[in-house]
Amino acid sequence: MSPLAVAALRALAALSLMLLNGVVLIYMLRKVLGHLHLRLGPTRVGPRGLLQTTADVLKLLTKEDVEPAAADAWLFRLAPVVVFTPSFMAYLALVFGPGLRFSDLDTGVFYAFAVLSIVPVGVLMAGWASNSKWSLIGGVRATAQQIAYEVPLLLAALGVVMAAGSMNLTEIVASQQGTWLGFLPRWFVFAQLPGFVLFLIASLAELNQTPFDMSEAESELVAGFANEYSGMRFALMFLAEFSNSFIVSALAVTLFFGGWLGGSGLVPPVVVFLLKTYLGVFVLMWIRGTLPRIRIDQLLTLGWKGLIPASLAWVLVVGVAVKLFEGSG
Amino acid sequence: MGPQHPSTHGVLHVLLELDGEEIVAAEASLGYLHRGVEKLSEYRRYHQVATLMDRADYLSGIHGELAFAQAAEELAGIEVPPKAHWLRSLLGEINRVSSHLLWLGTFGLDVGAMAPFLYALRDRETLLDVLEAVTGARMMFNYVRPGGVVADLPPEAEPAIRAFLRSLPTHLGEFEDLLGGNEIFVARTRGVGVIPRETAVSFGMSGACLRATGLGWDVRKERPYAAYPELDFDVPVGTVGDTWDRYAVRVEEMRQSLAMISQTIEGMPEGAHMAKGPKVLRPPAGEVYSAVESPRGELGAHLCADGSDRPSRLRLRSPAYFNLAVIDELLPGCKIADAVAVIGSLDIVLGEIDR
Repeated sequence: MSPLAVAALRALAALSLMLLNGVVLIYMLRKVLGHLHLRLGPTRVGPRGLLQTTADVLKLLTKEDVEPAAADAWLFRLAPVVVFTPSFMAYLALVFGPGLRFSDLDTGVFYAFAVLSIVPVGVLMAGWASNSKWSLIGGVRATAQQIAYEVPLLLAALGVVMAAGSMNLTEIVASQQGTWLGFLPRWFVFAQLPGFVLFLIASLAELNQTPFDMSEAESELVAGFANEYSGMRFALMFLAEFSNSFIVSALAVTLFFGGWLGGSGLVPPVVVFLLKTYLGVFVLMWIRGTLPRIRIDQLLTLGWKGLIPASLAWVLVVGVAVKLFEGSG
Repeated sequence: MGPQHPSTHGVLHVLLELDGEEIVAAEASLGYLHRGVEKLSEYRRYHQVATLMDRADYLSGIHGELAFAQAAEELAGIEVPPKAHWLRSLLGEINRVSSHLLWLGTFGLDVGAMAPFLYALRDRETLLDVLEAVTGARMMFNYVRPGGVVADLPPEAEPAIRAFLRSLPTHLGEFEDLLGGNEIFVARTRGVGVIPRETAVSFGMSGACLRATGLGWDVRKERPYAAYPELDFDVPVGTVGDTWDRYAVRVEEMRQSLAMISQTIEGMPEGAHMAKGPKVLRPPAGEVYSAVESPRGELGAHLCADGSDRPSRLRLRSPAYFNLAVIDELLPGCKIADAVAVIGSLDIVLGEIDR
């Protein structure tokens, strides 16, 4: 087969996985929030609510596709694609197990964050093109937030990259092999706990998740940038959001929790990886179900005055530590 | 913002002038409901007006009925039996807690927390079950009438009341963990939407919004009615009058209400629940003002009689109307997110504002 055909097949596989995963994540969100919030709804459609997602998909597919008369038509139609595509591209970088990946990138970490940073452009496009004030504020908020939190997110990941000496996700996992003191896994979360905390906070903002869901804050902006979107266009945006929480969780597992390591040969690596990732997604949903929303100026203050200096300091600490250990051999 | 915005609590419409996220000017624009409650009262006999009172502030029907019933009783010179007084206080406090719970939940929604809303509705159901058992309705009670109350407590009411007296204090603790104990919630409420005491007084504010400024004005203490003179309770007050204080005052009020409910259940006197009198009231010509402490503040009924079987004029002093008036002054300088929190913290019911 020609390399082009192989690449196309891989991309198709990634797309299928992304769509399937989207369905699973929507069901999971409904169940998790259902239990946290004492909601009865998610148990009603089909056995254990299993058909709810099917019903949702059918509903979204058949809904009227509304476009505001005064909207900037082309931008309005393009925005969901611009939001969706980066998530899909980021999927291509994930490594699910030894050799189990869509592509082996030497700059995997860098690539994943780089493509995810395109998402707010789509959100801003959606907000601007909708010709609605609430949408516009949502779009502008997304950009301000993304810029403020991208830096600490990358700096938190940089600590791991420095310690592992690579941006390749497979190599980062490989460098976490073995144990400390015979029992503690050599996962970076133990050596770089502050880095992980910074990563968690910054990724919540990056994902536009509670308590940082400023761009669609329903109590303030009704539905923010997504106000005027209906049916499948709305679904594309939210599929991207769900996928992003999976991607960020997978990256966190790879960077800080030893990726697919830890199955001790009994459980297949890919299962270990997926279990850890879904646990991460669960934590994100748990936070979403519990916390109130922060205010935009507080969010930006936290980002610029708190997280960025802290993450810079952390990079310094890791850099010095890496040099010292190198020196001592 | 509004009237279909999710955080305008009904049909409030606020004209906001924005500079980015910051509010430069605000104007609350009222007039979407036009219930005509006061005018409609002139076409009904005294006993029939209670049904309208339920619909003005639909979250605290008992208080609306009581304000009107007290005014009619004073005009007609009716002596209310002690048991009716105690039942009025009991139901009034249950109604207050159910109203505050709905407020607590929706206020949580306003600052972005979904969980407390659904928990609050769960607890509110148990209170509405009791109200339904006693009055036959979950919202439009039509329970308090001039002369007393319609019915005594049914046998199933007392165990149900005792059950929520046991469960609610724990759940209130849960709410305080979820909201008050949360850094983000504190950051969103402390120092936000500060109403100085002088402003509150000059705008005629009352209820928790006024008490949050540190002024302990409560109609139940200042001009006691029903069984309140015999009940032991505190009036919680705040210090600076910010959004946090309004939250804290209402949560503490719920605890005080639970204590009062417990006292009324223990001390409920025997006897009739309705005074003996004519079926159709014809009070002599005159006018009277009677107020009660509703969940939103001083709810007063100014009632005029001309000797016929219908009021010649009824005017309600609805507390949320006065509490809302301050936002034109309060919102400029705030952020959009603050506007939502401030409006939520005022606990408005539009049915009572545009009555």
